[in-house]
Amino acid sequence: MTNLEKNQLQQIACKVRMGVIEGTHAAKAGHPGGSLSAADVFTWLYFKEMNIDPANPRWEDRDRFVLSKGHTAPGLYAALAHRGFFPVEDLLTLRHIGSHLQGHPNRNMTPGVDMSTGSLGQGISTACGMALGAKKLGKTTRVYTLLGDGEIQEGQVWEAMMFAAHYKLDNLVVIIDNNGLQIDGRIADVMSPYPIDKKAEAFGFEVIPCDGNDFDALEAAFAKARTVKGKPSCILMTTLKGKGVSFMEDQVGWHGKAPNDEQYAQAMAELNAQLAELEVQSNG
Amino acid sequence: MADVKKVATRDSYGAALVELAAEHPELVVLDADLAEATKTIVFKKAYPDRHFDCGIAEANMIGVAAGLSTMGYVPFASSFAMFAAGRAFEQVRNTLGYPECNVKIGATHAGISVGEDGASHQCCEDFALMRSIPGMTVICPADDVEAKAAVKAAFAMQGPVYLRFGRLAVPVVNDEATYKFEIGKGVTLRDGKDVTIIANGLLVAEALNAAEQLAAEGIDARVINIHTIKPLDTGLVLKAARETGLIITAEEHNIIGGLGEAVCSAVAESCPVPVRRVGVNDEYGHSGPAVKLLEQFGLCAANIAAVTRKAVKEVKG
Repeated sequence: MTNLEKNQLQQIACKVRMGVIEGTHAAKAGHPGGSLSAADVFTWLYFKEMNIDPANPRWEDRDRFVLSKGHTAPGLYAALAHRGFFPVEDLLTLRHIGSHLQGHPNRNMTPGVDMSTGSLGQGISTACGMALGAKKLGKTTRVYTLLGDGEIQEGQVWEAMMFAAHYKLDNLVVIIDNNGLQIDGRIADVMSPYPIDKKAEAFGFEVIPCDGNDFDALEAAFAKARTVKGKPSCILMTTLKGKGVSFMEDQVGWHGKAPNDEQYAQAMAELNAQLAELEVQSNG
Repeated sequence: MADVKKVATRDSYGAALVELAAEHPELVVLDADLAEATKTIVFKKAYPDRHFDCGIAEANMIGVAAGLSTMGYVPFASSFAMFAAGRAFEQVRNTLGYPECNVKIGATHAGISVGEDGASHQCCEDFALMRSIPGMTVICPADDVEAKAAVKAAFAMQGPVYLRFGRLAVPVVNDEATYKFEIGKGVTLRDGKDVTIIANGLLVAEALNAAEQLAAEGIDARVINIHTIKPLDTGLVLKAARETGLIITAEEHNIIGGLGEAVCSAVAESCPVPVRRVGVNDEYGHSGPAVKLLEQFGLCAANIAAVTRKAVKEVKG
């Protein structure tokens, strides 16, 4: 990846973050914190990693993405919109009556959404089914699923992890967004899932740790996952919850709360400044 | 009755899957460590590369089935009713129902007739759970002929289907050569004008026996098999209500939330007539031989006849 390519991804990620802020502000509800921590991986997946066609969202041979942590739909929607699956203006209808952008993803309403999710711990199982199906069909389809670090407290996640390793689903990449926070506090305090790496390894995964807010690190991690054969990969991303908006960063309170008008203005000002700086860098 | 052929509908399930498989490579079967009991073992032996054991993890199995369906497969996810409808309820609701996945749930060992395993495994709540999920089709076949037909019809339709099968061998009441099964269409097995007995599952054969007994006493009972609880054949139920003025329901399920309540809702809204419900009276089962348990819980011809006799006397004088 050249510096210019990286700069462009950073600019897109910045726009995805703006989409999260605009959407949740317009909805007066939603989950900005985990959407922002995952904004970079959403960008990576939809602009670099995945074999997809926005003009044909149900193309049979596409790669699949399941947002197992479905509450961070605002981030996914922003990435899909900027990738061309639907108009960016739609993001302002998030959670509104009549909008195709439901509070949690619905595969039958939103172009580009591969599975309806929202109830934690279930998306990873559907991703396993997709990966198994792709293998049985002899397709080169790869399946990606994103889980929260709090989400892995759900027992079903570990049922799915067992399944993925048992059926040697090396076309499956389980991404864990380890931002360290959940609704009731720090995950280590609420119900520690640590050590996540050792647990995933013991369940038969190739564990690939990386900085989930750094495109060089994401590039290396996803490239490594492609080389893994005979077992599934787990990209364990360390991230910053609320990343990109100073007053939301690493704050438990911003898990599921929308910015008010004043907070919205400040967040957008910060993101616009970041974008302007990235534009200057790309021109320089 | 000694010469009547008896088959457990779980056996019909396994057999029908095999019958469908040759022509339909998209059909796959999932099980949760119960293949010997759910009878998907028959399929597993014939098509080992299309049978996926998920281990003792029903919640994950439902999700895997949903994922497979999005790749063009038609998965039959199999377990005991207690675990398929009970343990995995929320997965069925959110990951099959809400996304409208084309997955069929094959739930065996439903009801009291599980027998010796006792209350922990005797699921009498699955109709209630599955009926409450929007878009879910709920089917409880009466015998071998109907069970096989139901599996094939479920496969042929688009969308999630809950199929309920039993462990106990039960009489074959339908004629394989002539029987036509249609999802959502009840079957009038015996005409009658005094009262209608509406049954499903293994109580259909019992209802027919009860009607025989009642006929000898001068009570002319109609018998309807409502194999599809949802969508309910409201037209046939209302016609029976209008023409006979009294309905008895019979099901191997809690009287709360099952066939009886579905029938009550239909008649209460459009043609109120008295209804008496034969079923499990909001209690847990216990261990024992299946046939003895069915008698003890009143899920038998004798009790259906007794309830009907009493109701006819009360309502019609």
